[in-house]
Amino acid sequence: MNHIALKMLMGDKGKYLGIIMGLTFASLIMTQQPAIFVGLMARTYSFISDVALPDIWVMDSKVQFIDDIKPMQETELYRVRGISGVDWAMPMYKGLLKVRLADGAFQTCNVIGLDDATLIGGPATMLTGTLADLRQSDAVIVDIEGAKDKLSKPSPILGQKNIPLQLGDSLELNDHRGIIVGIAKVTRTFQSQPVIYTTYSRAKTYAPRERRLLSFILVKAKPNQDPYQLIARIKATTGLAAYTQQGFKELTYNYFMKNTGIPINFGITISLGFIIGTAIAGQTFYNFTLENIRQFGVLKAMGASNAQLLKMILLQAVLVGSIGYGLGVGLAALFGFAMRHSIMAFKLPWQLLVFSGVGVGFICIIAALISILKVIRLEPAIVFKN
Amino acid sequence: MNSAISCQNIIKTYSTDGQLVTALNGINIEIGLGELMMLVGPSGCGKTTLISIIAGILNQDSGQCLLFGENFQALTNTQQLRFRAHNIGFVFQAYNLLPALNAIENVSVPLIITGTKRAVAEQKAKEILEQMGLSDRMKALPAQLSGGQQQRVAIARALVHSPRLIVCDEPTSALDHKSGHIIMSLLKSIALQHDRALVIVTHDARIFGFADRIAEMDDGHIIKISTTASAEAN
Ligand SMILES: Nc1ncnc2c1ncn2[C@@H]1O[C@H](COP(=O)(O)OP(=O)(O)OP(=O)(O)O)[C@@H](O)[C@H]1O
Ligand SMILES: [Mg+2]
Repeated sequence: MNHIALKMLMGDKGKYLGIIMGLTFASLIMTQQPAIFVGLMARTYSFISDVALPDIWVMDSKVQFIDDIKPMQETELYRVRGISGVDWAMPMYKGLLKVRLADGAFQTCNVIGLDDATLIGGPATMLTGTLADLRQSDAVIVDIEGAKDKLSKPSPILGQKNIPLQLGDSLELNDHRGIIVGIAKVTRTFQSQPVIYTTYSRAKTYAPRERRLLSFILVKAKPNQDPYQLIARIKATTGLAAYTQQGFKELTYNYFMKNTGIPINFGITISLGFIIGTAIAGQTFYNFTLENIRQFGVLKAMGASNAQLLKMILLQAVLVGSIGYGLGVGLAALFGFAMRHSIMAFKLPWQLLVFSGVGVGFICIIAALISILKVIRLEPAIVFKN
Repeated sequence: MNSAISCQNIIKTYSTDGQLVTALNGINIEIGLGELMMLVGPSGCGKTTLISIIAGILNQDSGQCLLFGENFQALTNTQQLRFRAHNIGFVFQAYNLLPALNAIENVSVPLIITGTKRAVAEQKAKEILEQMGLSDRMKALPAQLSGGQQQRVAIARALVHSPRLIVCDEPTSALDHKSGHIIMSLLKSIALQHDRALVIVTHDARIFGFADRIAEMDDGHIIKISTTASAEAN
């Protein structure tokens, strides 16, 4: 019966393509939108991922996510260093500061201050210069996107494109000079501001005078030290919050999940894709069955059982489902590939393929089910009706 | 003469929008093995309803139909399906071929339904299509065939699994005189055998001569069964 089912399905090319297009559309929406969502959500904690070395992040106990800076007193650094099981602990400054550009305009930048001696927490990829160059006086490193775009210099020729910042160019941060000694590549974060790296002590001179400037303490546990026990000790001794890298990522991720409209918006789009996909595919598939109802009636009259007809319909549904899914996922991947250098967030982990696969599977089952019900209820006596 | 079909006091009522229509009102009919029985009568008199019940695709409200000695309505659903799949061949006015299948594939469908391997089924289909004089049109789709050719494919399909009963509803009414004649000759010469019965519903007076007996119906009753000249000549 299988070849009969397949020939029946492909006999009407228009309908066949219609069903496949509906399923392709649904698979595309259910793959591409979640991929953007996953990509976006990964950006919320990409700064934490980039700072690879430390095991534990220590911060004020009220901090809710990575960009939620609640500065601590500098003395906390020394208290943490004194806790047993701590191999090293380094300060990190993170804050939004206004930078005066060459043309006099101001641009808010994300300034990261790294421990003067070790420079722990610096960018993973340097495009020009080295991280060690930060030890020169007034040295700063800027990220490539910022250098090319928001921090770029106006061209001396009127109407020409801006010129990217280069080594040796200078910026002005809170009346202090910063000289570019390197260009880094950083993973895109949720914030669109340019990122400027400098040393911790220089960051303090750039920042407005305040009593507290220590944003994070980055801690490495001694070998064989259980990080969770160390976290418990840090919390008990200092009253600060402490997380593993993974724990801090989750804190940040959960904050965005709970407190922003992002999950709801994407949830709505994905649900709409599912519903519209179900409607289109279900409708066209049901129509297809209705148009062939006489053929099913003839098969029934000739003694085909409901089980045989059900298998035929399922086979048809599985076939169009697989083709639609393949095309949809392919298009989504193509979209991700085309957008790989753009600002677009896009991540397509295998779990997502399972997700959209299950979604399309459901659509096909629903579509097939209404057709199957129709065929099961069908009276074979219709074959003698004209 | 052994009885192929024996129906007693068949009553069938349809209800549409609360309106009851008695399509069959106490039908008694015997059809013998090796017999070609025609059902004739005015439109709406119940011919199609009667062959639907005889062919086991419609249940009567009361009365009993024995098909080759088997009380069809007393069988379970699965048994009914099996019985139909093995014993009954259908020919329709509108041919009802599957449009996406070529002639061979269409003819092999009844064998596929009973679980015959595709290659075996198609071989059998070829042989019977040859008997129907369609050797050169085996790979054609229904849309590529004339009405008469499509009906010959449909007859091949009705015969391919060697059923014991063949039911035809208006097999010639969509055809011109010559094609109708060919169809009836094929039905009579190839389909009709000593262990088989043929029931043909028709309006088409041009083919009455092919019948052994003709049952005239009116308003849900059989009003007259006559033996034709051709049958008497045999
Ligand atoms: N499915 C149905 N639902 C309701 N009424 C029906 C149905 N099928 C047939 N009837 C009615 O039953 C009666 C007999 O119909 P049937 O189709 O058996 O007649 P027929 O002799 O085959 O007519 P025709 O020569 O026009 O094909 C008619 O009055 C018809 O309207
Ligand atoms: Mg009729």
